[in-house]
Amino acid sequence: MAERTKIGVLDLQGGVHEHVEHFEELGIEVVRVKNSAQLNQLAGLVLPGGESTCMIRLLNIFDMVEPIKINHANGMKIWGTCAGTILIANKLINDFPQLQLMDITVERNAFGFQIDSFNSKASIPKVSDQDIELTFIRAPKITNVGEGVEVLLEMEGFIAAAETDMCIATVFHPELTPSLMFHKYFVEKCGLTITADATKRLNRTSWMRYARVTNPVRK
Amino acid sequence: MENNRFELNAQLAQQLKGGVIMDVTNPEQAKIAEEAGAVAVMALERVPADIRANGGVARMSDPEMIAEIQAAVSIPVMAKARIGHFVEAQILEALKIDYIDESEVLTPADEENHIDKAAFKVPFVCGAKNLGEAARRIAEGAAMIRTKGEPGTGDVVEAVRHMRQMNKDIRMLCSLEQAEVMPFCKVNGIPYHIAMQVRELGRLPVVNFAAGGIATPADAALMMQLGCDGVFVGSGIFKSGDPSKRARAIVKATAQFNDPAVVMEASKGLGEAMVGIGISTMPDQDKMANRGW
Repeated sequence: MAERTKIGVLDLQGGVHEHVEHFEELGIEVVRVKNSAQLNQLAGLVLPGGESTCMIRLLNIFDMVEPIKINHANGMKIWGTCAGTILIANKLINDFPQLQLMDITVERNAFGFQIDSFNSKASIPKVSDQDIELTFIRAPKITNVGEGVEVLLEMEGFIAAAETDMCIATVFHPELTPSLMFHKYFVEKCGLTITADATKRLNRTSWMRYARVTNPVRK
Repeated sequence: MENNRFELNAQLAQQLKGGVIMDVTNPEQAKIAEEAGAVAVMALERVPADIRANGGVARMSDPEMIAEIQAAVSIPVMAKARIGHFVEAQILEALKIDYIDESEVLTPADEENHIDKAAFKVPFVCGAKNLGEAARRIAEGAAMIRTKGEPGTGDVVEAVRHMRQMNKDIRMLCSLEQAEVMPFCKVNGIPYHIAMQVRELGRLPVVNFAAGGIATPADAALMMQLGCDGVFVGSGIFKSGDPSKRARAIVKATAQFNDPAVVMEASKGLGEAMVGIGISTMPDQDKMANRGW
C-alpha cells in the first residue's frame, strides 16, 4: 500500500478549483481525483460543493463509492463541504443516504432558494483564533448529530460544522472565502505538516488562474 | 445589488462547474433530468426546437408551470425572460427563481437595451457570441455567461464559433500593451473595467458555460475541451429518442471530458439524436444568436 501523503479533491463536478487553490497556497500537494486508483495515496479527500444528486450519480457511474468507503476505512480522512456533507451523512431528511460515513442527519437545500444564500462570520476556536467568514449557498443543514460527533459550530437552529476522528462536515464553503484556516485544520487533521503561512489571505477570484481559456499567453 | 449579493450569485455558478443544465418543460422531465445528474434545470414551456418550429412570439413561461417544476426538484431551477423585459424578470424574482436567463431564445422585448441586472437580487445568466457581448452583460450585472450557439438546431457549429471567438478575444486582450487596451475596448465595445479584470485573470471573471446546439456527449466534451466551465443542453435531450439515457451520457462525458475512453463509452447506443437543422443553410434572420446587443 502506498503511503498516504497527499490531499485529494474529488474532481467530478462542482467547486474543485477553489479547494485545490486553498491547499496549494498552504504548500500541500493536491490530487484532482477522477478515479478510484488515485485514492490509495491520499491522507485526506475533500468532497466539494456542487450538486449532490449529480455527484452521487457520477460516483456510481465511475464505480467510486466502494473504493472511497474502503480507503476511508483504511485511514483516508474525509471532509465534505456543502454537497459533500450530504454525501457523507448517515441520514438525510426525506431522502436516501449515500456514503453513510458520519453519524449526522442532514436536510438538503434547507434554506430554500438562491435568494436565501448568505454570508456570515463566526468563531470556531478549534479552527482559528479569529472569526472566520462563512458562505452559505443553497446550503444544507445538519439537524442532528450522533454519539461521538463533535459539534464545531452551532448557529440559530442548526449545526453548521461537525467532526469525528475520521470526518469533517461543513455546510458552508471555506473554499469560497479568502481564509486558509479551515484547509489548514483539515491538512493537520490528516497528519500532514504545513510550512506555508496559513494566516495569509486569498483574493476571491484567484481560483480563476486554474480555469483559464485554452492556451493562455500569460502565466 | 449589493456587492455581496453579486458575489454569492457568481459563487452559485461556481458550484455548477463541470455540470450539465437541462431544458425541461414539465415536472416529469425535471425529475428525469435531476435523476440523470443535471446540476440545474431550465424551466420553459417549449424547448427552442419547438419555438423555432411554431414561430410566433416566444415569452416567459407560465409562473404556475415554473412553480410546479420548482416543487418537483431540489436542484436549482432557472427560467428565461425576454431580452430587455425587466418585468418578466421581476416576476421570476418574485417566484424566487434560482437563476434568470435573459435569453435570445425568446422574442426580444427591447431591441436596444438589456435588463439592468444589477437592480435584482436573483442572479442572471446571459448569452454571448464574443468577449464584447460577454463583458457588456457582466457590466450590466450578469453573474454567469454562456455562449449563444444556435438554440434548437442540434448543430454545435455556432457554439464552437462563439467559444473560439471568445477565447481568441481574451488571448488578444491579454497580449496587448497597456496603451493598446482602450482602443481595443472601443472597437469591441468592452467596458474598460471588465477588460482590466479579464487581463488580470486570463479568462472571463464569471463562470462561462456552453449553450446552443449541443446534442451528443461528444458535443459536450468538445465544448469543455474548448475551455467552457459546463454545458447547457436545450432541445438535445427531450427531443431525442431516449432522453434519460442521453441525459446520463452527456453528464458522464462532461465530467470526464478529457478522457476519450469515457466519452466513447458514453456515446454508445444512445438511440436517435434530435433530428437537427443545419445552420449553413439557415437565413440570417432566423438565427437567434443575432438577438442581443
